[in-house]
Amino acid sequence: MDSVLNQVFAGLSMASILLIVALGLAIIYGAMGVINLAHGEFVMLGAYSAWFLQEQFGLGILVALPVIFLMVAVVGWLVERGVVRWLYHRPLDTILATWGIGIVLQQLVRLGIGPESRYVARPEILDGNVILGGLVMANYRIFLIAFSAAVLVGTWYLLTRTEFGTKLRAIIQNKEISECYGIRPERVYALTFAYGAGLAGIAGALITPLVSVTPGMGTYVVVDAFLVVIVGGVGSLIGTAVASGLVGTASAAFSFLLNDTLGRVALLLAIILLIRFRPMGLFPDKVRR
Amino acid sequence: MKRRSFLKGFTIAGAAGVAGVTGFPGIWTRGNSAYAANGEIPVGVLFSLTGAVAVVESTLRDACMLAIEEINASGGVNGMTLRPYQEDPASDPATFADRARRLVIRDKCVSIFGSYTSASRQAVLPVVEGRDNLYWYPTLYEGRECSRNVMYGGAVPNQQQQEFVPWLKEKFGGRFYLIGNNYVYPREENNVCKIILSQIGGEAVNEEYVPLGHSDFSSVINRIRAAEPDVIFCTLVGDSDVAFARQLHAAGFDPEKMPVASLTRSEVEVKAIGGDAAAGHFSSAPYFMGHKSAENEKFIEAYQRKYGTDQVTHFVSEAAYFQVYQFKAAVEKLAASDISPVNIRNAAVGLSMVAPQGEILIDGNLHTHLWPKIGQWQSDGQAKVIMESKQRIAPEPYWAYEGQACTENGLVRS
Repeated sequence: MDSVLNQVFAGLSMASILLIVALGLAIIYGAMGVINLAHGEFVMLGAYSAWFLQEQFGLGILVALPVIFLMVAVVGWLVERGVVRWLYHRPLDTILATWGIGIVLQQLVRLGIGPESRYVARPEILDGNVILGGLVMANYRIFLIAFSAAVLVGTWYLLTRTEFGTKLRAIIQNKEISECYGIRPERVYALTFAYGAGLAGIAGALITPLVSVTPGMGTYVVVDAFLVVIVGGVGSLIGTAVASGLVGTASAAFSFLLNDTLGRVALLLAIILLIRFRPMGLFPDKVRR
Repeated sequence: MKRRSFLKGFTIAGAAGVAGVTGFPGIWTRGNSAYAANGEIPVGVLFSLTGAVAVVESTLRDACMLAIEEINASGGVNGMTLRPYQEDPASDPATFADRARRLVIRDKCVSIFGSYTSASRQAVLPVVEGRDNLYWYPTLYEGRECSRNVMYGGAVPNQQQQEFVPWLKEKFGGRFYLIGNNYVYPREENNVCKIILSQIGGEAVNEEYVPLGHSDFSSVINRIRAAEPDVIFCTLVGDSDVAFARQLHAAGFDPEKMPVASLTRSEVEVKAIGGDAAAGHFSSAPYFMGHKSAENEKFIEAYQRKYGTDQVTHFVSEAAYFQVYQFKAAVEKLAASDISPVNIRNAAVGLSMVAPQGEILIDGNLHTHLWPKIGQWQSDGQAKVIMESKQRIAPEPYWAYEGQACTENGLVRS
């Protein structure tokens, strides 16, 4: 029983990391139809920003989060303005272009900062565990679960309760008509891309205490994020949330019943089956394109 | 890089007055006593500077180049200088084979120093065996190989475990939890570990493999918590090891009750893990940066002077360094006209020299007799050597396979 509870917690904790990485991806796709293959590199840039701020200014990751968000958002904004905006009517080319940008970012970090794995200190305030009977929960993982839920709510608020969100949804529904109402889609697009990148940056910073910070770290992270987005239905906020919960707990369950290698295989098989019967994901986008 | 070394080759050849034939040196110089010409001995340096394993291999390149420069600065080998040809195989086994071929055929290297992973060594193997060249491989590896064209500078399983596993059982208990990445190296090491455990009355409570690059260990940690082993016997590599160590620490495990005993964790990984999360756990290796010896002090001093005081040396970079000196000692025994890969190999067998880890010896089976040590990681990121083996340990790459032995005649089955 204890091990089942522990495993449920492990699943939730995996889900929270998936959610925070996949959210930015889902927003960028949902708003602009751009499949951003450089998303993993934005995650990596977030982790390196955390390292940089720690080395240069002695900032812990929690304090530095807003700065990291802004730093990576600026990179995202530059990428959108510099490359992606020329390709909105050529969706396949954006895949190639963002993949290329990802490689460039990765190699820039490798050449500029070096290939070795970097150390980012964990926030010591979150050391320790909460122990309830046989259930052991690391404080940091509890924090991640709470934080990713907060980011989800914040994003939902941004999209549905602010002027920016209203404009964005207007553009998603009909770009030309919204332009007639004086909305400037290029500005909204750039900000949305920057917001998605910034979220990825935060995710990167937050996972540094749990993983190894290397130029290639984003590659592993982004594959799972894509799984989540596909399961959830591309572009759907609620879908992303539910799917990260599902994928996280399913991979925890499979790896508990089998082991991590077979669990991975079982998870991928389950996802293939799911998209066989629900090709658009769990919560398909109802907007006509 | 490539263009630069090509241009350099061009000017040197031009100075020698053979500018007209630089395009096809292989054709024009065949039949000459080719290997050591113009007072230079060409050697290949084949470590990735880009791609996934560049993290480690770039440090091996650094150590190897340091040794070459030291040798050249102190008068070379019998008055000849070592001429390094560097290639970047980009962490890709196929590129390794291609660049090795280039070094052997175009650059006529008498030896190649290179690579970290078993996959890349096995890719280079057909090249060096087909051309009867010599490959100096510095990494610890899983054994079960017996090429006459590879000089193995790192430990094989029996050298790392023969003393380590009984020591762990004595100190913490005999219930081991085996965790590794899912490929050949951890599986072979765990085979050896299980054999030793069954001989001394211990047991493996679980044996588990995760995919390479796996980074979420919450399920593994839950299973370890439920199994309550005495020792976590760990053959995770690279990023997986870093992630595992950090998550284990965050989950509140106490190294005094349940230490991680690693065969792969070196100063490089510990730097990324952070001293506080690595402190108290153990590694077994022939070399630690914290080992006290005059040769090691000299090595570290020279390394940090050249590459920066924040750089660390580790058990693979030490081998990458001493193998160049082994090469030098072997070539010194030969007349200039006799220098060839096969002669160098034969001269190297039985060679003994003092490396940073202690006095090492090249066995007839081309592996190296080493001095295994047990290090306990400290919060400053260094290992404190808490046990050194009493004698040098002989390499037995087929230790776990009865009736097979690697000898000076290659693999022998009895």
